[in-house]
Amino acid sequence: MIEIKDLHKSYQMGSNSLHVLKGINFSVKEGELVSIMGSSGSGKSTFLNILGMLDEADKGAYFLDNIPIKDLNEKIAARYRNKFLGFIFQSFNLITYKNAIDNVAMPLYYQGIKRRERTEKALHYLEKVGLADWATHLPNELSGGQKQRVAIARALASEPKVLLADEPTGALDTKTSYEVMELIQGINDEGKTILIVTHEEDIAHMTKRIVNLKDGVIIDDTIVEQVRATANV
Amino acid sequence: MFNIERWEEIFDTIRKNKLRTFLTGLSVASGIFILVILLGFNSGISNGVRSQFEQDATNQIYVRTGVTSKGYKGLNPGRRIQLYNEDFESFNKKYEDEIEYKTSLYSIWGGQVVYKNQTGNYRVQGANPDVQFIENASMTSGRFINVSDIKESNKVAVIGYKVQTELFKKENPIGKKISIFGINFKVIGVFSDPGGERENSRVFIPISTTQKAFNGGNRVRALSYTFNMSENLDEAVATSFAFSENLENDIRTKYAIAPDDRGAVRVQNTLEEAKKIYSLINTIRGVFWFVGLGTIIAGVVGVGNIMLIVVKERTKEIGIRKALGAEPLSIIMMILQEAVFITTISGLIGLIFGLSLLEIVSPMVDSDYIKFPSVDFNTAVITLLVLILAGAISGFIPAHRASKVLPIEALRDE
Ligand SMILES: Nc1ncnc2c1ncn2[C@@H]1O[C@H](COP(=O)(O)OP(=O)(O)O)[C@@H](O)[C@H]1O
Ligand SMILES: [Mg+2]
Repeated sequence: MIEIKDLHKSYQMGSNSLHVLKGINFSVKEGELVSIMGSSGSGKSTFLNILGMLDEADKGAYFLDNIPIKDLNEKIAARYRNKFLGFIFQSFNLITYKNAIDNVAMPLYYQGIKRRERTEKALHYLEKVGLADWATHLPNELSGGQKQRVAIARALASEPKVLLADEPTGALDTKTSYEVMELIQGINDEGKTILIVTHEEDIAHMTKRIVNLKDGVIIDDTIVEQVRATANV
Repeated sequence: MFNIERWEEIFDTIRKNKLRTFLTGLSVASGIFILVILLGFNSGISNGVRSQFEQDATNQIYVRTGVTSKGYKGLNPGRRIQLYNEDFESFNKKYEDEIEYKTSLYSIWGGQVVYKNQTGNYRVQGANPDVQFIENASMTSGRFINVSDIKESNKVAVIGYKVQTELFKKENPIGKKISIFGINFKVIGVFSDPGGERENSRVFIPISTTQKAFNGGNRVRALSYTFNMSENLDEAVATSFAFSENLENDIRTKYAIAPDDRGAVRVQNTLEEAKKIYSLINTIRGVFWFVGLGTIIAGVVGVGNIMLIVVKERTKEIGIRKALGAEPLSIIMMILQEAVFITTISGLIGLIFGLSLLEIVSPMVDSDYIKFPSVDFNTAVITLLVLILAGAISGFIPAHRASKVLPIEALRDE
């Protein structure tokens, strides 16, 4: 599903440049649930942003579902994001003035789907994350966990090939974090490919594979025995 | 532009950001409101002055000849240009369609008018019957000079009421004999001219009699005309000027007067004044448009600024939208259409308020110089088009900036 070869990325900061990713080789098969770990500043987000076509690598090859992701203009990148990827962020990034269902329907709007169908589909995914009753609530009327569930529903709504989550539990307490992870595990069980950036060991162990980033390279990549989130609650 | 889904999205945004929308719209609405009021009062002033003019203005053309100051076609300067009865008649024939009233004039200067032991110095003019209408004189008693007086060269006189009060005091002047330069004339009528004292201190006698009695031969000293006024004053001014120009050219050609010899023949057109007033009205209109457009530009800059702030405020939202698959064009259109929509709607509201106020106030405003302020349909439509354009301009920079928002910058978790 994802093929990365010798990926480099550096940030220009005035006269000196900061080499963040120094040759990453990485691949993900369909249906995997992978966590990317590393200390703060190790380049996890940078890596995920490149995977998410929100940023571009300086060097290296990236194939998503066998499509080369290279030199995309903004328009094509937007289309690919919409079609192939679902994003989950640490701070949820819901649109504050739109209610839950409209937030979930947002990627569908950019797919050119008509309103009626958007609403139906959005409601379906809200049901899936257990928030059908909260459809008409604004984000500020929801708890952190609920907000993240809405965000997950939104990421799912466009039926992407891969879910990319950057510290999805970073802003949540342990109990809520596990509930969110339970949801993510369930989605993965249905076959969705998911990448999670985290720096928490327990969260990482709820995935099936842990990739460790340090000094711009992958220092460790292991398949782990998945810990079911329910067991921890 | 006509993507229903996008409009729904925009209405959604507007509905959920009422205060922001209201503040944005307010500047435009007040701009248009002021413009409409200004334009309304401009038309009011224009109507007022126009009606003043239509009421007072005489459409009179007065032709006088003098002495040439330039040599022309081998003729020496210093020639006296003299018009004759034949000229008057040929002009009457040539311009029959345009001419309403016509008279040739032969004035007698320093004419002493005597009744019994009363004496006065009055302007005595030999004229045709039409002079009554040209001068707007109305009879207070008796009758005016008529066609048979001219034909028969009757020794009759019509006197101004000022002449009557001075010479006759309380006596009825009709049928009495007055002497002008020692020649006796019978008073047949008294007139009153709305033009004031000077105009009422005149004595009219038939031109034919004047020419015979005072050695005028068939010479005339001046011509005076009024012509058929069309309803539309602009048109009237145009025809009037064409007429006086043609008349002047005829005289110049016939008597070989240099085209730039001002003193030899002078055609005065009373609508000259109207022309001046019209250019003044145009100036006022220009100033009002200028001020009004200035207000709108201020409104546009205001909307642009607010939209810029909005874009800044919405940076995160725009970042989210882009991450979710919004293409740059759709972001541009989102901001642009919102700006156009807000300016157009609030402009319409300002327009309606302005028009309603004019509608209410208009009947009450009826002073001499401001009458029935209103804005015509065309102006309203133009204003609206200006608005839509203004909205697009005001939205352009913010929209462009919005399209440049980078999702990773906007979404960075700090
Ligand atoms: N836009 C940027 N400009 C300059 N430096 C950046 C930028 N984004 C990230 N960095 C730097 O790159 C490094 C990696 O950042 P990031 O990928 O966010 O790390 P992580 O998500 O693992 O904490 C950090 O040192 C950060 O300061
Ligand atoms: Mg990070």
